[in-house]
Amino acid sequence: MLSYIFKRVLSVVPVLFLVSVFVFLMLRLTPGDPAAILAGDNATPETLQRIRDAMGLNEPLLTQYVKWIAGILRGDFGTSLISGVEVLDLVAKRVGPSISLAVLTIIIAVLVAIPMGVIAAWKHRSWVDYLVMSFSVLGFSVPVFLVGYVLLLVFSVKLGWLPPQGFKPLSAGIAPFLERAILPALTLASIYIALIARMTRAAMLDVLNEDYIRTARAKGVGERRILFVHALKNAAVPIATIVGAGFALLISGVVVTETIFNIPGIGRLTVDAVLARDYPVIQALILLTASVYVAINLLIDLSYSLFDPRIRY
Amino acid sequence: MTHSKTLSMKAGLFASVFALAAGGALAETTVTAVMHSDLRVLDPVITTAHITRDHAYMIYDVLVAEDETGKIQPQMADVTASDDGLTYTFTLRDGLKFHDGAPVTGADVVASLQRWGKRDTGGQMIMDVTASLEAKDDKTVVWALSAPFGPFLETVGKQSALPPFIMPARIAQTPADQAIQEHIGSGPFKFVTEEFQPGVGATYVKNEEYVPRSEPASGYAGGKVVNVDKVRWLTMPDSQTAVNALQSGDIDLIESMPVDLIPLLEGDDTVAVEKRAAFGFQTMGRMNFKHPPFDNPKIRQAALLAMSQEPVLAALTASPEYYQVCGAIFGCGTRLESTTGTETLTAAGNPEAAKKLLEEAGYDGTPVVLMQPTEAPTLKAQPVVAAQQLRAAGFNVDMQPMDWQTLVTRRASMEAPANGGWNMFFTNWQMSEVANPVISVMLNGRGDTAWFGWPDDPKIEELRKEFIAAATPEAQKAAADKIQAHAMETVSYVPLGEYNFPQARRTVLTDMAPTPVPVFWGLKKSEE
Amino acid sequence: MTNIDRSAADKPLALRLLSMVSPAQTGLAPFIAAIMLLAVILLTIFSPQIATHDPLAMDPLMRLKPPSEAHLLGTDGYGRDLFSRMILGGRISLLIGICAAVVALGLGVLIGLVAGYFRLADAIIMRAMDALMAMPSILIAIGLVALNGPSIGSVIMAITIPEVPRVVRLVRSVVLTAREEPYVEAAMALGSSTPKILFQHLLPNTMAPMIVQGTYIIASAILTEALLSFLGAGISTEIPTWGNIMAEGRQYFRINPGIILWPGLLLTICVLSINLIGDAARDALDPRMKKRQA
Repeated sequence: MLSYIFKRVLSVVPVLFLVSVFVFLMLRLTPGDPAAILAGDNATPETLQRIRDAMGLNEPLLTQYVKWIAGILRGDFGTSLISGVEVLDLVAKRVGPSISLAVLTIIIAVLVAIPMGVIAAWKHRSWVDYLVMSFSVLGFSVPVFLVGYVLLLVFSVKLGWLPPQGFKPLSAGIAPFLERAILPALTLASIYIALIARMTRAAMLDVLNEDYIRTARAKGVGERRILFVHALKNAAVPIATIVGAGFALLISGVVVTETIFNIPGIGRLTVDAVLARDYPVIQALILLTASVYVAINLLIDLSYSLFDPRIRY
Repeated sequence: MTHSKTLSMKAGLFASVFALAAGGALAETTVTAVMHSDLRVLDPVITTAHITRDHAYMIYDVLVAEDETGKIQPQMADVTASDDGLTYTFTLRDGLKFHDGAPVTGADVVASLQRWGKRDTGGQMIMDVTASLEAKDDKTVVWALSAPFGPFLETVGKQSALPPFIMPARIAQTPADQAIQEHIGSGPFKFVTEEFQPGVGATYVKNEEYVPRSEPASGYAGGKVVNVDKVRWLTMPDSQTAVNALQSGDIDLIESMPVDLIPLLEGDDTVAVEKRAAFGFQTMGRMNFKHPPFDNPKIRQAALLAMSQEPVLAALTASPEYYQVCGAIFGCGTRLESTTGTETLTAAGNPEAAKKLLEEAGYDGTPVVLMQPTEAPTLKAQPVVAAQQLRAAGFNVDMQPMDWQTLVTRRASMEAPANGGWNMFFTNWQMSEVANPVISVMLNGRGDTAWFGWPDDPKIEELRKEFIAAATPEAQKAAADKIQAHAMETVSYVPLGEYNFPQARRTVLTDMAPTPVPVFWGLKKSEE
Repeated sequence: MTNIDRSAADKPLALRLLSMVSPAQTGLAPFIAAIMLLAVILLTIFSPQIATHDPLAMDPLMRLKPPSEAHLLGTDGYGRDLFSRMILGGRISLLIGICAAVVALGLGVLIGLVAGYFRLADAIIMRAMDALMAMPSILIAIGLVALNGPSIGSVIMAITIPEVPRVVRLVRSVVLTAREEPYVEAAMALGSSTPKILFQHLLPNTMAPMIVQGTYIIASAILTEALLSFLGAGISTEIPTWGNIMAEGRQYFRINPGIILWPGLLLTICVLSINLIGDAARDALDPRMKKRQA
């Protein structure tokens, strides 16, 4: 078990190394001159040359890469080309809103989607089942921003129940936080609910056909206990997997949702950085989100043995 | 719109209950504004970005400034000119202090002016004729010229694009092509560095130490009295979000309100929509003089003939209430107004004449690379409409969409359009930035050192010198008329008319100064 | 999902695909989906005939007009006819979806075959695919478009690249299973050339899951295109797509919500149909899944 954990953790290293190479090459091999952005409106060719030298852009790619990686390992992600603020500082200030939004979204999604999936599996081929399935396919098929705008129009503009934009941290109190976070979280959750409900239903259908469920039923165990204890526990592995795999979906959702509801998180930072060609910021963000993705999936892998004692490596 | 009214009434009720409960405790007043763009660059010398200039007006002060009639008035300093117009003496007033507590000295002024003179077009022209610029003592700065420079004070006191802001000498010693790292001025607000988040917003607090002049505020001159404790600038890339936030009371001011969205605020008496200032912006197309087809003056003229202002303005600004067809490059209703050479532009254009001229010039269908910024709200419409007009006259237009940053990088390229260069792009200047031939960078004819497009036009340089040397207003006007006629003949650029985005404010904000540059002194925010 | 039931795999592919459109076999949903999709496709194919206006013709003085007899759905911010733009836009959006699917499948199958067949290449390729999957696809896509300019080609590439790893994984697992098959082992033993084994023996096994995957990629590509446009990293509005029509309508959402809602509705119908058909295809091609899910 320990050696499995060790091996699994070690396997992350080459993946992260390759991510760093991709990110580095993607930004260095495409047109666009970081020096020109740094130099501002009316820079002379000599100024540009001087800045390029100072930034090390004239050195061989390998040297540049090594320097860059060495900096990152020391925790130095460089400074923003546009504002001159340290990238790590810039990102650190933006992580809070995005994480709280993501956590709220996952809570909503899990609370809504798992019962949906369980009931759909239980009432297999009934109208409830069809309703859940239709909703879940629809959830995949609507652009996230459309959901966001419709929620905004209805609950904020027409009904005036919730503020239309902005973010208050949890430290400002639960009510102010929820007041501003609930619409974006619902928007984000729409696609996530679809995904989890679908996977829960499929996994539950699998499990419900197993012998031990029939045995439990025969023994007179209550239906609710069968569904939510016996069956759900065994369906947990695929569900956990999909929650982890859905992280990538969450990222793209966060980018859009933060734009619509004007939330100062990393999603908006990303869009701004890409549109402004702020290379150090883009690099740091992709690297960070990839690391989080890898870490989450690692944790889920490792937790398998917890959920499902049959899995041993 | 009724719901939003009830909402804000409710909010008002809450506010007054709260005020009663607090026993009228001194609540901090914070003005929250959504500006026209996100503040990212903080150095007012390194960029001509308007938002950076607006930031500079918050935290820095200037030596002399325009009052509401455009006359130059003392601000930090009184100024006297020698009889021959060759020596200007600035005397700093008492009580000037930087935000770090140090007094403002002559050395600070000299360092700031020198850094500015390296970057600003007008500043460069003055520096060309500067014999000496030095601090005589802590309070006095003497600026000696080798030749008369007619619009000297107008240039030092101009409101835009790069006014000479005064910063401590140690900061002003930063090379002019490197951004400054500290943001300390002597102006009426202090910058809160910890709360600066590019992409999110910036915060300013009242500078309690600031000593305003005793005269009433007028334009950028007079006493800069601050009546609020805090000003917060928020970035909202989506203007609709900003409108929603204004109606819900999250923000107090939208500096640049898209005209299309004004109907959303109609009937809401907690919000006022108004023009900020009499003068707005001029929008224009700029061609690249270095590469075919626009290296040929006849083809440039054909392009000018092909275009018409009104469709461009309508796509940009929506309502004739907020735009004005105007062929005068120095602005309509100004002292230097002349509309020579723009008769077709201000009418429906003349595609037929353009076609004929193109044929005469032997246009061979060389594609015209038109750069279109896709996400800049005040610049994305012009190329779309202009492309249609140019095509109608027989131009082969290759419109290339890109984000604004790419455009800014690319417009600096002198390469041929096929190798990453360009043929035409569009830009906007505040009227005060094109109001005379010295200030307007669009009329610089110094070839490779001119503004993007690089016209090599010795004639216009001569005419500009004539303007600088002109001793009387009549002589200046005569010189300006010649420049207008010449600029339209060689098509230095294509003026596409004037527009003015209104601002939207909650009515709790009052006493705002009607300046083109949004300033936050003077204004008051009342309890709701 | 990739464990193909042998008995089903024995049936000819075409027959299995045919069975899925028969309502008796699979319920009504895929049947309705197919009809809706056909309607959308016809609408876009014949958009030049159906359009009431030139979708590119501007009239700034007629901007943001509400629906009327002259303009079925009103006009956009440049005074262009929304209805005409929407149906032409669908054509480009669908085209982008199909191109993205074809390129992603092509690249994915090629890389997947190599990974599944050559043990040596496998480790490296799969780590690279892991790395690609670890980077959020939308970030890669906006990055690529912003860096390469917003042409149709670069948008297709940006949408395609993040899709490739999933296809590679799928193909690789199919190949890994298939190469244990007696007839493949026999071919190897007999010394058939490597390309022949790859393309004649292993490739056909990947067909069924690829068709299913392809439909999903089309659906997700159409959505991604809309997302990219929405974020300001899409194709120029000179070429209308559902995405950039909606992106332009963003700022007018409260003035004329139709600019977003109508193309959004059409897009949703289209993507929904493709997804439903994809589900049906998966069930038809993989009876094991069908037993479990339908």
